[in-house]
Amino acid sequence: MRQSALTRQRLVGVFVLGLLLLYSPVLALFDVAAEWAGFPVSYLYLFGAWLLLLLLAALTVEGGKQ
Amino acid sequence: MLTTPFIVLYSFLYLGLLFAIAYWGDRRADRNRSVVASPTVYALSLAVYCTAWTFYGSVGRAAATGAGFLPIYLGPTLIAALWGTLLLKMVRVSKSQRITSIADFIASRYGKSQRLGGVVAVIAVIGVVPYIALQLKAIARSFTILQSGPEVQTDTLLTTMPVLQDTALYVALVLAAFTILFGTRHLDASERHEGMVAAIAFESIVKLLAFIAVGVFATYFLHDGFADLFNKAERAGYLNPLVGEGMGGYENWFALTLLAALAVMVLPRQFQVAVVENSDEDHLRRAVWMFPLYLFLINIFVIPIALAGQLSFAGTGVDADTFVLTLPMAHDQAMLSLFAFIGGLSAATGMVIVETIALSTMVSNNLVMPFLLRRWKRLPPDADLGQLVLRIRRGAIIVILLLGYLYFRFASGAYALVSIGLISFAAVAQFAPAMIIGLYWRGGTHRGAMAGLLMGFGVWAYTLLLPSFAKSGWLPMDFLLYGPFGIELLRPQALFGLDGMNEITHCLFWSMTFNIGGYLFLSLWRPPNVHEATQATLFVDALKHERPIGIRLWRGKAEIKQLLGLAERFLGNARARRAFTAFAARRDVQVPEDLPADAETVHFAETLLAGAIGSASARVMVASVTAEETLGLDEVLHILDEASQIRAYSHELEQKSRELEAATAELKTANEQLKEIDRMKDDFMSSVTHELRTPLASIRAFSEILYDDPKVALDERRRFLGIIVDETNRLSRLVNQVLDLAKIESGHVQWRDDAVDLGVLIEQALAVTEQLISEKGVRLERALPENPCVVTGDTDRLMQVLVNLLSNAVKYAPDRDGRIGVTLSRSKDRYRISVRDNGPGIAPADLESIFEKFRQASGGEDKPIGTGLGLPISRRIVEHLGGRIWVESVERKGATFIFELPAGREGD
Amino acid sequence: MSKKVLVVDDEPNIVLSVEFLMKRAGHEVVTAGDGEEALRVLAETKPDLMILDVMMPRKNGFEVCTDVRANPETADLPILMLSAKGREAEREKGLALGANAYITKPFSTHELVARVDELLRGVIHT
Repeated sequence: MRQSALTRQRLVGVFVLGLLLLYSPVLALFDVAAEWAGFPVSYLYLFGAWLLLLLLAALTVEGGKQ
Repeated sequence: MLTTPFIVLYSFLYLGLLFAIAYWGDRRADRNRSVVASPTVYALSLAVYCTAWTFYGSVGRAAATGAGFLPIYLGPTLIAALWGTLLLKMVRVSKSQRITSIADFIASRYGKSQRLGGVVAVIAVIGVVPYIALQLKAIARSFTILQSGPEVQTDTLLTTMPVLQDTALYVALVLAAFTILFGTRHLDASERHEGMVAAIAFESIVKLLAFIAVGVFATYFLHDGFADLFNKAERAGYLNPLVGEGMGGYENWFALTLLAALAVMVLPRQFQVAVVENSDEDHLRRAVWMFPLYLFLINIFVIPIALAGQLSFAGTGVDADTFVLTLPMAHDQAMLSLFAFIGGLSAATGMVIVETIALSTMVSNNLVMPFLLRRWKRLPPDADLGQLVLRIRRGAIIVILLLGYLYFRFASGAYALVSIGLISFAAVAQFAPAMIIGLYWRGGTHRGAMAGLLMGFGVWAYTLLLPSFAKSGWLPMDFLLYGPFGIELLRPQALFGLDGMNEITHCLFWSMTFNIGGYLFLSLWRPPNVHEATQATLFVDALKHERPIGIRLWRGKAEIKQLLGLAERFLGNARARRAFTAFAARRDVQVPEDLPADAETVHFAETLLAGAIGSASARVMVASVTAEETLGLDEVLHILDEASQIRAYSHELEQKSRELEAATAELKTANEQLKEIDRMKDDFMSSVTHELRTPLASIRAFSEILYDDPKVALDERRRFLGIIVDETNRLSRLVNQVLDLAKIESGHVQWRDDAVDLGVLIEQALAVTEQLISEKGVRLERALPENPCVVTGDTDRLMQVLVNLLSNAVKYAPDRDGRIGVTLSRSKDRYRISVRDNGPGIAPADLESIFEKFRQASGGEDKPIGTGLGLPISRRIVEHLGGRIWVESVERKGATFIFELPAGREGD
Repeated sequence: MSKKVLVVDDEPNIVLSVEFLMKRAGHEVVTAGDGEEALRVLAETKPDLMILDVMMPRKNGFEVCTDVRANPETADLPILMLSAKGREAEREKGLALGANAYITKPFSTHELVARVDELLRGVIHT
């Protein structure tokens, strides 16, 4: 995998963002018994954050091909 | 409904399909048309991470603990972002050292220590066998549930069945056969199984589709979509904040994530597919997001299925672990439940096959081979060791699966099986410090790794394994409740009084503390020895170079025949010979026998063998046929240092030589230019002298005539003197122009910035040349605008240009019917002045060269007309003022000299 | 004894001075302003000697010299090259092409007259 150092660093950035979204008090903000558009907020938040992380990772590694 | 033979038939059809895919994949690999050489297949094969524990167990965990299943997948998602360095490094190291298992990886990192490899293999087997049992149980249990449909059984006591009627036994045996067929077809130096990988990737698709099918059914057929389902669940009181309340605290959430992140790197099956089976480093790039995407997709419906199951089976006692299967069954969806069963079968078989192959490699390379080698001391003659290794592996596969079956048989239904997934994770996580720290820190020693592993494993066994035995009734519960011998401080799940934690979190904390602590403490106790230092450099610096380079730290005596013989024994004649011949070709040697028995060859033989029997054993084997001299640590460090310097140098050198090449090319061009300039200067000098000699010749000749001969007639005398005066003028004009040009070229001219009205200037220039024009009798046509056309420039210099062009035009215009024209016009932001004549015109080839010094008329040795410096000077003046000058001409129809100047602001 | 001398040069002033010198030495003079004219005049007037410039339009002196030597009728004609090209290489080229003498401009009138005299008397100087 001949990634540029920049790509690797961006991925580390994604990793740190993941820690912030899922393993910091930020999580507690959304880990509540409330709902939004019929969905439990915690369910929506967890899967939303997850999707965001993997989209960012995908953009980081695949975007560099252009 | 689904009858037993029907289910069995479908199960075998499915396994047959897998078999066909694996067979096809192997055939393609043999013909070098690999099907697994694709980043997507690679990412899918990584999804072997999702086992039956995921397929059935996630729903169970969601029902019991809310988001408790999620950390298992979020951990891998996060760590995947670091694969760009972490996994890449593991792959690069493993490829260059032909490492084929985790045991080999750790043994190799810490100086190819046989004992360390053995310990890793033992821990792996103990940690993973229960996990295999879990898969067997999942298959057997789902089979029994499906068979007993349409009623959903609340519980099945599988173990009450006689062994010979036990589905799980047959499952174990079939899987053993399958694993043997595709895991040990031949002994390969790279130990890659392309057919198996193709089958695993296919299974990943099947289990994902099956799970999503059940999820869609639960969400959209049993209920009106997500919102409806969540709504109903909330009213029934099933919906809680997922993380905090569901999991009993955020520390568990974090601990499980860390555990899963480590596990996905160090589980033997993950190492197998991610590192050993990797065919191209570039595939990692896609895995970084595609593998997490897979995990995301397979988890979307976990909570909906759990909620739908809880709503459907409220009060019936149906185990949430079976919802994926029982939910379709309870609603009479026979085909969907069969599909779900096949999906679970995929998840379980994929895990069992890969895990067993990985474990069997460890058992044979790191446990059995070292033992046999030690017993033989010298090689037993004539034994086909390759076949022996294969037999050992096959035996290991059968033993491991039977161990799994036995564990299942005795522990099924007991507590030990329920959370065995996480218990397994915690066991293999003990490899992580030695592996991951060892990739980034050179100081780790084999003592440190050994201590860390043993202590971590010990703590794991004490805090997780023994309590699970106690809970299964194999140990007295008092041990768990009050500690061994009633020592409270040693209570296994509240070690040293650390109470109130989830058992997994508790175990992870203490085992990692002891593991990392032991590793660091003993590593720092003594410095690394020669072998450790060597290997540390190879691992830590793995990414510094594009391609893996083996360092040959070997000195001693070896015989090529013996090395070849050794390889032949393990790999078979043909395979070994092929490998050696290829190696010989790389070194420009015809036949392997002619290879020099030097460090490089010994290193090659050792890595070749390492693929088949592990690095530690390979080192022992090679040492048995060679006489190695021991290198001192200083010497090794020196060599390593040199090697890395050499590599750095060679990188630099490459760079330098590329730069040098570029510089050489530049120099060549510059040299050519210099030569050209030199030649031009020569020509210039020759032209100048020629131009000077001609008038001088006339002057001298007539002077001598007049001096010698006072009797020359008066009118002739006057004529000759007139010629002398004219030629003298010509000479001084020429000298002035040469000096003028030199001045402009060297930049010594003082340029004035006048606002020049071009119309006025042209009139002045015409006035200066008026006499020339009227003498020759040419007709002048002018087209000048009335309004001022102002440019910024040096009036005198511009005048010089105009006079030069005008006098040229007059000079070249024919004597009869000569016409010249001057026009001034504006185009956009530039003024254009053109001076035309109807003279002979200029050949196309000369259009440019006439602006060169002494080149204006035509080249060669024909006589040019004029001094040949007017146009070069004009060009320099115009260009200095930011304009350009050129000539357009039709031969025999005349020439038009045009120059443009940027319009000054005043003119606007 | 009067000889006929062909003077070829594109500089009228040079032609004039050489013509004057030759006439004063008692020779008959014909002139040409470029290389082609030189060959034409040569064929028409059959001179005994040619004074030839090098840098001229329409056939330079070297080409004229070559042509003259290639023609059997004129192969033996004495040729004196009078050129502003003063480099040794050019002088050698002129002699190699068949010129009997090579004099560089600006020239000494005495030398020119003396050389012409020698050539007309059959003394070969190089």
